[in-house]
Amino acid sequence: MEFISSHLLTLILFFPVLAALVILFLPRDEVKLTRWTALIASLVPFGLSVWLWVRFEAGLPGFQFKETYAWYAAVSSAFHIGVDGLSLTMVMLTTLLTPLAILASFGIQDKVKAYMMLFLMLETGMLGVFMSLDLLIFFVFWEIGLVPMYFLINQWGSANRNYASLKFMIYTMGGSLGLLLAIQLLGVLFQTYDLPALYEQWNALEGTVMGLPVASVKAIAFWAFVVAFAIKVPVWPFHTWLPDAHTEAPTAGSMILAGVLLKLGAYGFLRLVLPLYPVESEKYAGALAFLAVMAIVFGAFASFGQTDFKRLVAYSSVNHMGFVLLGIAAAAKSAGTMNAHIAMDGAVLQMFNHGLSAAGMFFLVGVIYERTHTRNLEEFGGLFPLAPVYGGILIFTSMASLGLPGLNGFVSEFMVVRGSWPVLTVYTAIAMLGLLFTGAYILKGIKKVLHGPVNEHWAHGERKLTEITTREIIVMAPLMALILVLGIWPMVILDVINKAVTMLF
Amino acid sequence: MQFPILSVIVFTPMLAALILLLMKPERKTEIRVTALAAATFALLLSLWVYFTYDKSVAGYQFEEVYNWMPSLGIGLHWGVDGISAPLVLLTGVVMFTGVLISWGVDDRPREFFAFLFILASGVFGVFAALDLFLLFFFYEIAVFPMYLLIAIWGWVKTREYAAMKLTLYLFIGSVIALVGALAMFWAVKEYTGTLTFDMLKMEEAIRAGAFDRMVNLFGKEVPFQVFWFPFVFMGFAVLGGIFPFHNWSPDGHVAAPTAVSMFHAGVLMKLGAFAALRVGIMLLPEGALYWKWVVLGLASVNVVYGAFIAFVQTDFKYVIGFSSVSHMGLVMLGFSTLTRDGLTGAGLQMFSHGVMTALFFAVVGMVYDRAHTREIPKLGGMAKYLSWPAIGFIIGGLVSMGMPGLSGFVAEFPIFRGVWQAAPLVAIVASISIVVTAAYIMLVIRRVFFGEAPAEFEGHIGPISVLDKVAIALLCFIMVCLGLFPSLMAPMVETGVDNILRLLGGA
Repeated sequence: MEFISSHLLTLILFFPVLAALVILFLPRDEVKLTRWTALIASLVPFGLSVWLWVRFEAGLPGFQFKETYAWYAAVSSAFHIGVDGLSLTMVMLTTLLTPLAILASFGIQDKVKAYMMLFLMLETGMLGVFMSLDLLIFFVFWEIGLVPMYFLINQWGSANRNYASLKFMIYTMGGSLGLLLAIQLLGVLFQTYDLPALYEQWNALEGTVMGLPVASVKAIAFWAFVVAFAIKVPVWPFHTWLPDAHTEAPTAGSMILAGVLLKLGAYGFLRLVLPLYPVESEKYAGALAFLAVMAIVFGAFASFGQTDFKRLVAYSSVNHMGFVLLGIAAAAKSAGTMNAHIAMDGAVLQMFNHGLSAAGMFFLVGVIYERTHTRNLEEFGGLFPLAPVYGGILIFTSMASLGLPGLNGFVSEFMVVRGSWPVLTVYTAIAMLGLLFTGAYILKGIKKVLHGPVNEHWAHGERKLTEITTREIIVMAPLMALILVLGIWPMVILDVINKAVTMLF
Repeated sequence: MQFPILSVIVFTPMLAALILLLMKPERKTEIRVTALAAATFALLLSLWVYFTYDKSVAGYQFEEVYNWMPSLGIGLHWGVDGISAPLVLLTGVVMFTGVLISWGVDDRPREFFAFLFILASGVFGVFAALDLFLLFFFYEIAVFPMYLLIAIWGWVKTREYAAMKLTLYLFIGSVIALVGALAMFWAVKEYTGTLTFDMLKMEEAIRAGAFDRMVNLFGKEVPFQVFWFPFVFMGFAVLGGIFPFHNWSPDGHVAAPTAVSMFHAGVLMKLGAFAALRVGIMLLPEGALYWKWVVLGLASVNVVYGAFIAFVQTDFKYVIGFSSVSHMGLVMLGFSTLTRDGLTGAGLQMFSHGVMTALFFAVVGMVYDRAHTREIPKLGGMAKYLSWPAIGFIIGGLVSMGMPGLSGFVAEFPIFRGVWQAAPLVAIVASISIVVTAAYIMLVIRRVFFGEAPAEFEGHIGPISVLDKVAIALLCFIMVCLGLFPSLMAPMVETGVDNILRLLGGA
C-alpha cells in the first residue's frame, strides 16, 4: 500500500504497458481472454486515478505526487513526473476513456491481440504527456503516442486508411520537428529540461542568443511550439489531417483520437506555451484568436457541408476545439485578470467536456456503421422508430455537443465566451456565428439519421437495423452520466481546474 | 598478469576460421555449430569487456602491449576506451546474429564462415588497436574478405561489379589515409628521434609540438595538421560512406549476402567512422578544427540527400542501403561539431545504427529468401507469413525514424544538440531528414509487410527458423533497452568523448 501510494503516478503511467506485455504472451486464439484482460487492465489505471483524484489537494500550489528518477544525464534530462489540477483532469479523462474505448472494440475480430496491445501502449503515451515535468520526457511521450495510433488506423481502419494514416503521421511528425529543434535550443542554453526550472530561467533570459536578440529567438521558438501544438489540436489551417484520420480510424481509435489525442495539443498550450512565453503569447494572442475563430466558423460550416456522418462529427471537433484555443488566447491576452481565469477555466473544462461528447458521438457513429456499413447520411433516414434507444442516446449526446444548457458543453462554452468577450470582443462575436452553425449541423445530423421517411431496406430483410446492444449501452452510460452531472453541477471538476488556473495564470 | 582479453577477442574469430578450414567441407552441421560456438564465445567476451569497463576511471583499459617489430616501432598494443568498447560489443552482437542468420547458407558454408570470421577479426582488431600500424593492418584484413564474400556468395546480377567497386574505393581510401599516417609517423620521428606507431606515444609527441611545422605547398606555407587532415580523415571516411564517396556502399550492401550486409552496414561502416575519429580527429585536432565546416557540410548532404534517395528506391535492399548513408551522415555530423553533445551522440549513433541496420538487412534477407524478389511493388502482405521479421522491421524502422523510447532517438538527440551549438542552420536543414525518413520507412513497412499479398506467395512463403527469431529478438531487445535506459551506454561514451575534447582543447 505504501509503495502504491508513493509511486502512484508511475503505476498509472506504466500499468498499461505492463498489461500489454502480459497480453503479448497470451495465446493467439484466446480472443475473449485477450479482450477481458485488456479491459480489466485498463480499469486499474482508472481506479488508481480516482484514488489520485481523491488524494489530490487542490489548494496547494505547484505539482503534487512528484517522482524523479535519473534517465539521460548526458543531455541533462531526468524522468520527472507530477500532476497539478490541469494535468489531473486530463489524466482522469484518459483513464476514463481508455476502458470505454476498449469495451467499444469488443467487436474487433481481426488481430485482437495486437489491437489491444497497441491501445494500452497508446494509453501510456498519452498519460506520459500529461504527467511529464521534464521537457524531453514530454517530447518522448508526445512522439510515442503517434506510433500505436498510426498502426490502429493503418491496420484496422476503413478503405482509405493508408493515405489517412500516413498523412496523420507525417503531419504530426513534421509539426513536432520545430518543437524538437526548439527543445534542443532550450537544452543547449540552460543545460536542463526540468520544466519548473525552465519556466524561471527562460523568462529571465536577456541579451542575445547565437547572435540574435533574445526577443526574436523567443518569437521564433514560440511559433515552433505553437505550430506543433496547433497541428495536434488541430487549429485551422492545420486541421486537414483530422477528418481523414477520423474517418478512416476504427471506432475506438476515433474515440481516443478525438477524446484525448486532440487534448494533447491544447495541453501543450497550457503547460508549455503560456508559461514559457507569456510575453509572446500576449503579443500574438490576436493571431491565436483569429485562428481559433476560423476553426470555429469554418469547422462548423465544413461540418454542415458533409454527407459522411463520421466526417461531420470529425469537423465538429475542429469547431469545438476552436473554443479551447479561443479561451487560451483570451487568457494569454489578459493574464492575471478575472476574465483570463474564467476563459481558461472554460477552456480546460471544454477540453474535458469535448472529450466526453466527441468520444460518445464517434462511438454512436461506429454503432450505426457496424450495422449498416455505410456512413452516408443520404442513405439513412427515419431510423428512430427502428432503434428508439439508440435514437434517444444519439439525441442526448448530440445535444451535449450542441451546447444545450443543462448539459456539459453549454457550461464550458459559456465560460469561454464570457471570459473572452471583454478581451477579444470582435473575435468572440464572430465565434458566436460559428456557434449558430453548430446548432445547424448537429440538427442536420439528427434529422438525416433519425427522422424523415424510413429507408425501407433498414426496416426489413437481411439489412434490418438492430437495436443498440447492452454492451454498447454500457459504453455510453458513464459518458452520458458525466455529461449530465457536469451540465448541472460543474463544480465537481471545475473546483480543481479553477484553483489550478488561478495559481498558474 | 591479467587475462589478455582483447587479444583473445581479436584472435578468436581468426583461430575459428583456421579450424573451420581444417574441417571437412561436407560436414556442414559441424561447421555451423563450430562457427556458432566461436561467435558465442566472442560475444560473451565482448559483453564482459563492455560490462567490466570502469567508467569512473575512464581512459584506455584492458591494455596489452607486446613487441612485434620493434625496429620499426611497431607493437601489438591493444586497449579500448569509452568509444571503442561499445563498438567491440556491437561487433560481437553482429557476429553472433550474423552466424544465426546464415545458418541456411548451403553453398560452401565452411569458406563462407571462415571469411566472415577473418572479417570479424579485422574489425575487432581495428576497434582495439592502439598502434597506428596495427590499425591499418587489421583495417585491410577487414576489407579484403569482403571482396570474396560478395563476389562468391553475393547477388548474381551485380556481385562482381559491386565487389570490385567496393574494394577499389576502400583500398584507394585507405592508401590515401596511409600516406597521411606515414607523414605523421615521420613528423613524430623527426621531432622525438624515436620510431613509433604507438598512438598514445604519438599523442604525447603531438602535444609536445611534433606537428607544429609547416608543409610547403606550391610555395605556400600550410600548417602540417591542416594539410594532412583531409587525407587521413577522408581516406577513412570513405568507408564511413561520406558524401560524395558513398556510392560504393549501397551497391555493396545490395550485392552482399545477408550476413555480410549485416556486417558491412552494421560494423564495417563504423570502422571507417571510428578510424576517421581516432586517427583523423584525435591525432590531428588542429586540422579537425580547421576543416570542420567542410565535414559538416558534406555530412549534412549525406543526411538529407541520403534520406531523399532512399525515399525513391524501389528495391527493398537499396532503401536500407541508402538509409545507412543517411544515418552514417549523422555520425559524421556529430564528429564535425567537435562538441561534447555531438561526439557523444555520434558514438551512440554508431552503436545504435549498427544494431538497427543489422536487423534491417537480416529481415530483408529473410524476405528475399522466401519471396525471391526485392522489388517493393511486387511484395506485400508479408506480415501474414513472417510476423517476427515484420515486428522486427517495424521496431528497426522506428529506431531509424528517431522515435523516442528507442535507441535512435537517444543517439540522434545529442547529435542535433551538438549541431545546434556549432551551426543552428544546419540543424534545421538536417532535421528535414527526420520527416523524410519517417515517410519512406512507413511506406516501406506498409508496402512490404501489409496490404494484399500477391497470390503467387500463397503457400510458398515458409516460416523462419528459431535461430532467426533469436537474432531478431536479441537485436530488438538491445535497441529497446538502450532507448529506455540511455544511461546504460551514454556515460561510457562520454568518458571517451572527454578524452577527445581534452586533445582538442590542448591543440
